[in-house]
Amino acid sequence: MVLWELFHTFFLMGFVSFGGGYAMLPIMETGVTQYGWMSAEKLTNIIAIAGMSPGPVAANSAILIGYSAAGINGALVSAFAILLPSLILVIAVAACFTKLHHNPIVERMFYGLKPIVTSLIIFAAIKFALASNMIILEVSFRSISLILIFGLSLFALFKLRWNPVYVIILSGLVGVALYS
Amino acid sequence: MKVKGLLVLQIFWTFFKISPVTFGGGFAMVPLIIKEIVEKRKWLTNDEFTDVIALSQTVPGAVAVNSATFIGHRIGGIRGAVAAMIGVSLPAFFIVISFGIFYFNIQDNQKLEAAFTSITVSIVAIIVFAAIKVAKTAIYDKTTFFIMIAGVPLLFFIHPIIVIFLGAITGIIVTSFGRKLNHCIELNNNKEEDLTTNPDYFMGSGI
Repeated sequence: MVLWELFHTFFLMGFVSFGGGYAMLPIMETGVTQYGWMSAEKLTNIIAIAGMSPGPVAANSAILIGYSAAGINGALVSAFAILLPSLILVIAVAACFTKLHHNPIVERMFYGLKPIVTSLIIFAAIKFALASNMIILEVSFRSISLILIFGLSLFALFKLRWNPVYVIILSGLVGVALYS
Repeated sequence: MKVKGLLVLQIFWTFFKISPVTFGGGFAMVPLIIKEIVEKRKWLTNDEFTDVIALSQTVPGAVAVNSATFIGHRIGGIRGAVAAMIGVSLPAFFIVISFGIFYFNIQDNQKLEAAFTSITVSIVAIIVFAAIKVAKTAIYDKTTFFIMIAGVPLLFFIHPIIVIFLGAITGIIVTSFGRKLNHCIELNNNKEEDLTTNPDYFMGSGI
């Protein structure tokens, strides 16, 4: 049943959501391909919408994947599934050890966890670059302009320190101007 | 009992108001929480607040949601935690679902397709940006670099959740050989200082 698939995918994801929404993309991608909730291309669009909205990217994406797979019920189940682990863990941590971030075991765990979170985001970048048709060898207006947009987006993020939301919005306008 | 009900409602409303501001990462919320929770309502002291943010980073999940839930729990127990969590999530839920409904209804529109052709490429740039931001706090010696490099090909074959667990276990095993742990703690301490002063630092790790 779709709702159960959504629930257990995002519930498990909630327990390992370290390092922000983009690190969770591989898990969402695995779920989407495994259960056929939507096409890879649609997933990229949904991530973009999630990034434009306020709120955590991971939760937003989960809500949209849920909506796409099973309507408003799917959205509600996904939201509930991804929030529940936070609630459980926060209450448990608040009740037991308030000094968790000075706990040596936790610090040692994070020593390995943080590089793996980086791997997850690199992996997501590779997957989404492949899905975006950005990496093609033929020389055309489309392929050159896409590489240019990629470079300018990086420039806006790193040098101009733009909020990603503005990068997405401006890029969308450029897309309408160039490709429609 | 009635007073408690009012407090729960206040917690809900406070986070409900702050939530729509969390565009582009939960740390955008930090200055507003300080203003509302620490300065105006005096529910927490500044030190307690710094603790809450540090803890919210340690617990999996979005920093915005975790810190709201921590604060709610501290002020109003479990009911406070639930109220804060729903308060901080509800506006975001409504906004993202409206965008989603809009998108799913007109997704075959030619202009929208053109917009997404470009946006898709920018999303790749944003993911690269997030990767580099996170790498800056995660990679600081040969071992962490090696774990990162080994993780990427692994992800092509093994479920990401298992890879995450392997990472955590590797961290515990590797640090039991001594030496490197000091470095690790040092880094964590630096990180804490940065928490409230430089929200940008957390792009990627806080969203």
